[in-house]
Amino acid sequence: MRFTDEFRDPDKARALVKEIDALARPLARARGTPLQIMEVCGGHTHTIFRYGLKSLLSEDVIEFVHGPGCPVCVLPMGRVDDCIALARDPAIIFATFGDAMRVPGSQGSLLQAKARGADVRMVYSPLDALAVARANPQREVVFFALGFETTMPSTALTVLQARREGVQNFSLFCNHITIIPTLKAILDSPELRIDGFLGPGHVSMVIGNRPYRFIAERYRRPIVIAGFEPLDLLQSLWMVIKQLREGRCAVENQYTRIVPELGNVPALAAVQEVFELREFFEWRGLGSIDHSGVRMRAEFAAFDAERKFSIPNLKIADPASCQCGAVLKGLIKPRQCKVFGSDCTPERPLGALMVSSEGACSAYYQYARFAEQAVEPDSGVPA
Amino acid sequence: MSAANGLPEGASSGAPQHASNGAPQHASNGAAQHASSPLPQHASSPLPQHASNGAPQHASNGAAQHASSPLPQHASSGPLLDTSNGRPRDASHDTAPTITLAHGGGGRAMRSLIESIILPAFDNPLLAALEDQARLDLTALIALGDRLAFTTDSYVVTPLEFPGGDIGRLAVCGTVNDLAVSGALPLYLSCGFVLEEGLSIEELTRIARSMAAAARDAGVSIVTGDTKVVERGAADRLFINTAGIGVIPGSAQIGADRARPGDAVIVNGTLGEHGIAILIARNDLALSAEVRSDCQPLHGLIGAMRGACPEIHCLRDATRGGVATVLNEFALSSGVCIRVREAAIPLRPEVRGACEILGLDPLYLANEGKLVAIVPPQSADAVLAAMRAHPAGREAAIIGEVCRQPAQRVILSSAVGGDRVVDLLVGEQLPRIC
Repeated sequence: MRFTDEFRDPDKARALVKEIDALARPLARARGTPLQIMEVCGGHTHTIFRYGLKSLLSEDVIEFVHGPGCPVCVLPMGRVDDCIALARDPAIIFATFGDAMRVPGSQGSLLQAKARGADVRMVYSPLDALAVARANPQREVVFFALGFETTMPSTALTVLQARREGVQNFSLFCNHITIIPTLKAILDSPELRIDGFLGPGHVSMVIGNRPYRFIAERYRRPIVIAGFEPLDLLQSLWMVIKQLREGRCAVENQYTRIVPELGNVPALAAVQEVFELREFFEWRGLGSIDHSGVRMRAEFAAFDAERKFSIPNLKIADPASCQCGAVLKGLIKPRQCKVFGSDCTPERPLGALMVSSEGACSAYYQYARFAEQAVEPDSGVPA
Repeated sequence: MSAANGLPEGASSGAPQHASNGAPQHASNGAAQHASSPLPQHASSPLPQHASNGAPQHASNGAAQHASSPLPQHASSGPLLDTSNGRPRDASHDTAPTITLAHGGGGRAMRSLIESIILPAFDNPLLAALEDQARLDLTALIALGDRLAFTTDSYVVTPLEFPGGDIGRLAVCGTVNDLAVSGALPLYLSCGFVLEEGLSIEELTRIARSMAAAARDAGVSIVTGDTKVVERGAADRLFINTAGIGVIPGSAQIGADRARPGDAVIVNGTLGEHGIAILIARNDLALSAEVRSDCQPLHGLIGAMRGACPEIHCLRDATRGGVATVLNEFALSSGVCIRVREAAIPLRPEVRGACEILGLDPLYLANEGKLVAIVPPQSADAVLAAMRAHPAGREAAIIGEVCRQPAQRVILSSAVGGDRVVDLLVGEQLPRIC
């Protein structure tokens, strides 16, 4: 398939892996531990596991730290409970992206609420939810808006369209979050020892390169905005390591075919028009982070489910045994968490990172749980 | 003539490769001594637990209170559920003739439904005798092999009709394939319909005819059955259960525990088409693509494969959960590792594209006409050639091999060369958000 296979070429992958190893090995040897590189975005985590990139790279040279960039994972339990409270209202059709359906709240997930009779519909875009509203004028349709800057513009544009059309039975339960304050919070953590970052490709398509400058300038870490195919990730990793070898810290862009330096200006304008920053937002696994979420501006109150309906808005603490925060900061690996694979599994996730297929622990459980048991090719073929 | 003993034509030859068996097995000979069941009279149900719910629908009037629901939870549902779930109703159903509770009442309406739609479509002497059960000639069965294969499956697909098939064709092919992957010659099916009040009679007729055509293609007869009608909202228009009986030749020793290190892993063609066709037909996606369900009977192909290699170790059709699930079942039962190469997995570009867009893994997508075979290495090429010579295996491919370690795992070598574990799915695959 064109525009896909070119980015999965095994010969080029091997060549890049060799280069990365040659550049990184002396650095890792000098400090006695592997280099820690955080991929911020859940989509990158998915690529790393799905294509087995970890198995190509030597574990004592490079260690991936899987960042907070899975919006489904970092959704706090209280917000899921709010979704379920809305969905249970017989007047409401609750429309959501598919992978938010399994996220557990304190009273179960949306999938379970649906099984108990709540009208929960899976949609593929906010425009689909608007179409449901048009088709059901006698009911209220609430769209569960979540995601980073990647999905924010499409939600904002849908609200603007609903306003243009005069649709009155459509609203958002807004849980959009922003990536920059979250990266800052991670970088401010005193135990942090991450050497460099792979920047989120699709967030940057919207916000551009410039918002990351503080990472290079203030925190002295290299960051390379990366695409999502396996060769994109390997090339971006090579670019980070090269900066480290050369003692440089800069924002670089590997994903130039998608990410413009200034981002997507009309998309940002739509976001600005509809949303404003919240004082703080609660993250599963990371706690409360200032200015890390957005809500709808007052002039869009008619489209804001938080203003339109009464929502319990209870704060539910993360389970005490959960070590998601430590995994997110790269302090421990998923399998070193006390509850990994025992009390916390994809069937019954306890922590944020086990929730979505893009969560580090879930990906680890799904694709790499047995990596320790010698996955190298064997010669089982009888002679 | 084989038809005289109630067996499908071709069956009496005893030959395991029933591939060519396409002849109409319901020969004109009435064979009344092999009396069989009338479809509506629930009593013909082969499953013991159904026996107890027989009473109400014997009532001679078609009274609606005999809801005839076969399942306890349906029985309790109220009489007026027509707007439940807020499901949109097709407006055309309001004027076209539709199924009513009377059609499940055991009376005249039911008999007329059977006689006007079901008997003509399924048309075979075992069924036409209208006894409460199909009576199968043991001597004829024994001549074909040394074990019976017996299986059942329920079909609840939405939408009822989709590109490449419909629920009726699915209900025949699915059960035929469940029999065939044991090496059995599929012979007889039962058919249980659960109809939701309001289903259009035209649609039911279309689906019954499609079942009949699929049965003819597969060389099986639908010899017994049952029809129930439930109130609006208690079912999603039409559910079908089919059970099937086949005979396994003594030479077939196929089992999920028989994979051995060195064996080759083969699939009979491109994967995931049924899953994607259904996703697209549901129309929730703003996606359009020419993808048709691969729904087809596989016994002919399996006959050809067994002709090339009587020693096939493992064989299973990769339906729900896809090839990944079947490979895991083989790896677990046999205590081996199965390694597959992503680059060797046959996929149509449309399916690949849909998976890329939706974040789905084609290895987990449902198929309805695809199988996974594990065969000894020395026979792999011969089996592959036999498959490619058969219409149901033109795009067959060797996708991997069986190894020793890590035992009970499926490992995929990705396109770029990295390895990952292919585990059992936790729930359904849900599309990713971004």
